[in-house]
Amino acid sequence: MAQLVATLASTHHPFYLKATTMPPEQQMPQAPEWKRKVEAYRETLSRTKPDILVMIGSDHFHQIFLDNCPQFLIGKAERYDATFYNEEREFGIPKYVLEGDEDMSRFMHQSLMNQNFDLAFSNELKIDHSIICPIITVRPENDLPVVPIYTNIFAPPLHTPRRFYDLGRAIRKAIDDFPSDKRVAAIGTGHLSLELGGPRQFMETGPDPVFDRQAIEWLKAGDIDAILENVTHETMARNGNATHGFLNFILMLGVAGAEGADYVDNLDLFHTMEAYFTWYPKEQTA
Amino acid sequence: MSKYYVNKFLFTVDRDPDYLKRYTEDPRSFVVTWEQSIGPKLIGNEGEASTVHGFTTAERDALINHDYVALFEMGAHFFLNLTLFIGIYDEPYLTKSGPLSFQREFAAKLQHWRDKEYPSVET
Ligand SMILES: [Fe+2]
Repeated sequence: MAQLVATLASTHHPFYLKATTMPPEQQMPQAPEWKRKVEAYRETLSRTKPDILVMIGSDHFHQIFLDNCPQFLIGKAERYDATFYNEEREFGIPKYVLEGDEDMSRFMHQSLMNQNFDLAFSNELKIDHSIICPIITVRPENDLPVVPIYTNIFAPPLHTPRRFYDLGRAIRKAIDDFPSDKRVAAIGTGHLSLELGGPRQFMETGPDPVFDRQAIEWLKAGDIDAILENVTHETMARNGNATHGFLNFILMLGVAGAEGADYVDNLDLFHTMEAYFTWYPKEQTA
Repeated sequence: MSKYYVNKFLFTVDRDPDYLKRYTEDPRSFVVTWEQSIGPKLIGNEGEASTVHGFTTAERDALINHDYVALFEMGAHFFLNLTLFIGIYDEPYLTKSGPLSFQREFAAKLQHWRDKEYPSVET
């Protein structure tokens, strides 16, 4: 059976590449610290020597739109193009091509259906920055096949925090059951408090630093009960109108399994709190 | 009212450099063109017409006027509303007033919503 070797959950910041590669005299003062933190985080993945990456993200109206909008979707293709024109325009993210793993996608899809998760699927999925940002930060070599899974965190009605956690648990079971000797890492990105297109956007901090600190504590402790007791769609909307990206952190905690994180770091940037978590399955940290 | 159709406008224009240029330079005539020949196409199927949506006068005016405050208040999706107008205004604002100046002006114009429940983006 395949072996889960690491679960990574982080924020994704589409400006990371631009912010850390522009001429040094034009860089923001935090750029070197940001780069150091990201490179340290990258090491938490590379030391586990993964063969396949299960990547969880959320399309930002790039391929998926309101005419046809799945709650959860899995990519099943040999390869995936990545980065849309408007992401190049706004963020300066280059185009990529990612290798797929059709066998694992097929197995994952069937397993999730068997576990009562009706995932939509796509045989021609173009990946957006929710999955390319973590490739840039934690696997810039882009040398591993991926199984992409998208969640709807954007177009209400959204699924419950509990459903995201349970989907994470089901993805974990599918990884554990995958008949292969491959080493699998699961990598998901989302947001802490975030405001986009509203009155609290682009402030000195994220829209709700109190929530950000609390969320980091919950994830650090793996305290799913506290999260499910305290986090609802209404509370997330009050934390910032795009805070629903936190649902992907809840999903990743489901993959890891409600345990304390083995690696936790964060960085207060000008309008968001960046956060980086890694969990290792317990038998391997010994 | 068609929040969906307003979002379809923002979505189709944001992803197409030619539409974006035309909407930037002459929004009034571009919105007319969009309503005649772009909006009625099913997404992903150029040959098939969809006849079910149209703009209200207020929606059309908001789009013609690049009025992102009105669009926010109508419940246009926050991501599309921000991204498209960044595509139009980020560069000129950057040159004139520095990084993020457009984004901050956008936020400033919405301050009256700060402690209220925002208009729903559900479609
Ligand atoms: Fe995002």
